[in-house]
Amino acid sequence: MIAYIIRRIAYAVPILIGVNLITFLLFFVVNSPDDMARVHLGMKRVTPEAIVKWKQDRGYDKPLAFNSSATGAAKLTDTIFFDKSVRLFVFEFGRSDQGRDIGYDISTRMWPSLAIALPVFLLGLVSYITFALLMAFFRATYVDFWGVILCVAMMSISSLFYIIGGQFLVGKLFNLVPISGYDVGAEALKFLVLPVVVGVVGGIGSSTRWYRTIFLEEINRDYVRTARSKGVSEMRVLFRHVLQNAMIPVLTGVVVVIPLLFMGSLITEAFFAIPGLGSYTIDAINSQDFAVVRAMVFLGSVLYIVGLILTDISYTLVDPRVRFE
Amino acid sequence: MVAFLKRVIVLASVFAAGCSPAPWNNPYPARDDGTNTLYSSFTERPRHLDPVQSYAMNEFALIANIYQPPLQYHYLKRPYQLIPFAATAVPQPEFFDVQGRRLPQNARAQDIAYSDYVIRIRPGIRYQPHPALATDNQGRFVYHGLKRRDLAGIHAIGDFKERGTRELVAADYVHQIKRLAHPRLHSPIMQLMSEYIVGLKELAEQLAGENKELPRDGFLDLTKFDIAGVQVTDRYTYRVRVRGKYPQFLYWLAMPFFAPVPPEADRFYAQPGLAQKNITLDWFPIGTGPYMLTVNNPNRQMVLERNPNYEGELYPSEGEPGDAEEGLLRDAGKPLPFVDKVVYSLEKEQIPYWNKFLQGYYDTSGISSDTFDEAVQFSGQGDVTLSDEMRKRGIRLQTSVGTTVFYLGFNMLDPVVGGYSERARKLRIAISIAVDQEEFISIFRNGRGVPAHGPIPPGIFGYREGKDGINPYVYDWKDGSPRRKSIEAAQRLLAQAGYPNGRNAKTGEPLLLNLDAAGAGPDSKARFDWYVKQLDKIGVQLVVRATDWNRFQDKVRKGNTQLYYLGWGADYPDPENFLFLLHGKQSKVKTAGENASNYVNREFDSLFEQMKNMDNGPRRQAIIDRMVAVACRDAPWVWSFFPKNFSLQHAWVFNSKPNQMANNSLKYQRIDPAMREKLRREWNQPVLWPVAALFLLLALSILPAVFMFRRRERATARLDVLPEKA
Repeated sequence: MIAYIIRRIAYAVPILIGVNLITFLLFFVVNSPDDMARVHLGMKRVTPEAIVKWKQDRGYDKPLAFNSSATGAAKLTDTIFFDKSVRLFVFEFGRSDQGRDIGYDISTRMWPSLAIALPVFLLGLVSYITFALLMAFFRATYVDFWGVILCVAMMSISSLFYIIGGQFLVGKLFNLVPISGYDVGAEALKFLVLPVVVGVVGGIGSSTRWYRTIFLEEINRDYVRTARSKGVSEMRVLFRHVLQNAMIPVLTGVVVVIPLLFMGSLITEAFFAIPGLGSYTIDAINSQDFAVVRAMVFLGSVLYIVGLILTDISYTLVDPRVRFE
Repeated sequence: MVAFLKRVIVLASVFAAGCSPAPWNNPYPARDDGTNTLYSSFTERPRHLDPVQSYAMNEFALIANIYQPPLQYHYLKRPYQLIPFAATAVPQPEFFDVQGRRLPQNARAQDIAYSDYVIRIRPGIRYQPHPALATDNQGRFVYHGLKRRDLAGIHAIGDFKERGTRELVAADYVHQIKRLAHPRLHSPIMQLMSEYIVGLKELAEQLAGENKELPRDGFLDLTKFDIAGVQVTDRYTYRVRVRGKYPQFLYWLAMPFFAPVPPEADRFYAQPGLAQKNITLDWFPIGTGPYMLTVNNPNRQMVLERNPNYEGELYPSEGEPGDAEEGLLRDAGKPLPFVDKVVYSLEKEQIPYWNKFLQGYYDTSGISSDTFDEAVQFSGQGDVTLSDEMRKRGIRLQTSVGTTVFYLGFNMLDPVVGGYSERARKLRIAISIAVDQEEFISIFRNGRGVPAHGPIPPGIFGYREGKDGINPYVYDWKDGSPRRKSIEAAQRLLAQAGYPNGRNAKTGEPLLLNLDAAGAGPDSKARFDWYVKQLDKIGVQLVVRATDWNRFQDKVRKGNTQLYYLGWGADYPDPENFLFLLHGKQSKVKTAGENASNYVNREFDSLFEQMKNMDNGPRRQAIIDRMVAVACRDAPWVWSFFPKNFSLQHAWVFNSKPNQMANNSLKYQRIDPAMREKLRREWNQPVLWPVAALFLLLALSILPAVFMFRRRERATARLDVLPEKA
């Protein structure tokens, strides 16, 4: 297994270099360092001298990817790309264009993201699978029929509607929880209830339908009929046999997102004023803070690769036929 | 389940019976209930809190309450008036000629080579408690020799246990002026000030040279450098020498750029390891003002608390007529500030903010277009009043015209709309008539704006009201009010300009113009479509080239525009700060200045040079009138509108008066925490029956499924479903 993991990590390196390169190109195609300087220096009385100084201070006065005036390896190393991107591989995120330490910001902002994403993920997973199994159990009955209609209706509604509707009903009309905000420690709980409920409810439609399809495919297999013939209770058939055998497609969609839970959710964090990494990323994009954007894209890529490796490992745990080869 | 429902119903009955528990939806900790705290919000974290760098309204709103420049604006009086803040008096400049001979106060501006501002500050002002000033028994600074290992467990300025203070001295103001020239701080006003403050430019060059010798984050000790035009004359007095006559310098002295910063703070924050923990002066200010920033977590909350060392300032006992009737002088003579703590919470979206304001969790609010209809209504006479719901809650509405101007500019370098020929002038005026600003204000700003007849907004010296103030090229004065000229008049002008019915008289080709503007999304699209329709009224085709702010700036800077849309907010309440936007020396293309139209008119420029150094009075007004007349005739802008600001306050907020210039108005606000607490409880009683109903509904919908499940589990194989062959 270790050899497999090492091999996968080695494969990840060129992928990460590619991601870095694409992020760099995309960002600098639409934004020159001059643009970035103007955004950071404000709207009034921005002089060309101030722009030059801002770029010099942050190393944006160098050539983008090839320094023709340098000699030897410096032609490649004395460039913005090398300066800003290569250090990421040792997780040195450096400072944002506003001068703040990115590593510190990430380490403090990932916890609020996780505080929302983890309960949504766990509660959602349990609820969606339970609903889907029940719908599979009641297949071809009115429960299944109306359940599917409800799921289709729910997945057709924008997530924004759940957020605004939830805030209006639960926070404003019923006065049960704060509409938005965040706090630390036990005080955080009252702020987490609504976004977690909204997150779980918002995902019911699409996820339940997806899992229902997987379980229906499994429920018609011979081993299920055999189990029933043996007199195994329907609950045991569903939650023990069907669920276990349907784990591969379930894990494919689930395990890969586990590391990405740290990255937060953009809309939820904005509407509930949650100070997580989702809003950190969008703030950086809006303020054209390339340093933060590249760090977050890199981190996202790393976590995604970790998720894929974990998914592969998880296959071996649920299906003995899968081997690390 | 039944037991739970019973409990829920009992709870609901208790609440319905009149018991008033603390609201469940209170976003603040219970320990803060009933405290003398003002609640507000921020949508994005401020970029800079260093007074030498900060130049945005959201940043000023914080640091203007922390730092103490020599001067400030009177809170109540209008027109805006400068009064002392840390200074003992508003300094009167002393004038000198080239030989250094003192000149009388009425000397001609061209004879004045230098103006000296001697500023004396009040003794006894003390800094907020801060670790940079903490000293031990021997008077040595506790935290000025920090090693990296000392920083374990330090994540914010509040983690330093020891704090100290000291008296504010004149040298701190001089130190801050030197900081304008610091090569790593990039002060936005450095270039402007280096034209005026004697020696600032030279100091900047000297510091830049020194900086090159230092390692990347090395400490540049400004105390080792002098600045020729700024000297400390005694412990509480300093002198600033500016070139020529520059009366606007006093306004700058009311801005945080000229607030004091102790050299100890620079030394403290320059220590290795602190910047890596985001502990910088740009993040944790140190001031002598009424408040100090005790929590700066831009991810969640920023908190200003009363500076325990702040004293000596009283609520004003004079205002403008009507202030006493409004209750704005009720606290006259009482010590400031009134509020102990101001909590700014992160609120990125308008809808949650508005709902929390209605619940009483924010004390004041603006009105966005989404909430406009809910908040206000227009009376039959067109007056704006609060909606019934707002009135029921005791909310008050305040309106004020902003010291900001929005305009549709013509690029005077463009061969079609630019230039100074009669043809081009008539074309610009025809467009000015066609673009119906009154309609724009009605549609896109819910009536919150005043149509502009020139560049100077109401409330600024030089603004003319009534018949004398109209733009005669676009409006007629009829029945006691300005009336926009007819479209026919615009069409006639267009024909005289060589474009009858919007077509080139010689070639027959339609006149096609481009409008460059920054903006995307449905709101901007609707606005741009409206502009297209306005020009279509006179047969001119308009193509909107919407882009992002950077591309737009780039086009304006290079002069690659025909029409463009921009605005300007005042730095200070002087007509010079608006008229300079049309000054030839400020041409964007030629000098990278703020004149985005690249308008150059010799008469206008000459009048500007005279006007800018004059004191307010009839002579200055006459010159301004002439300048505005010249600009209206040449029409380099379609004068659009001055925005009107609407703000709402709850019944428990007192002493609130819109002030477009003073950013340090927090200290005047007073609240009644007991009233707020009572109303919050009244408005936010938890409603539990929907939860009970939801559980009931779920139970009812699940029951049939449960019965079906049990029936299935008990069922035996049925013959009718077995295969036939069986």
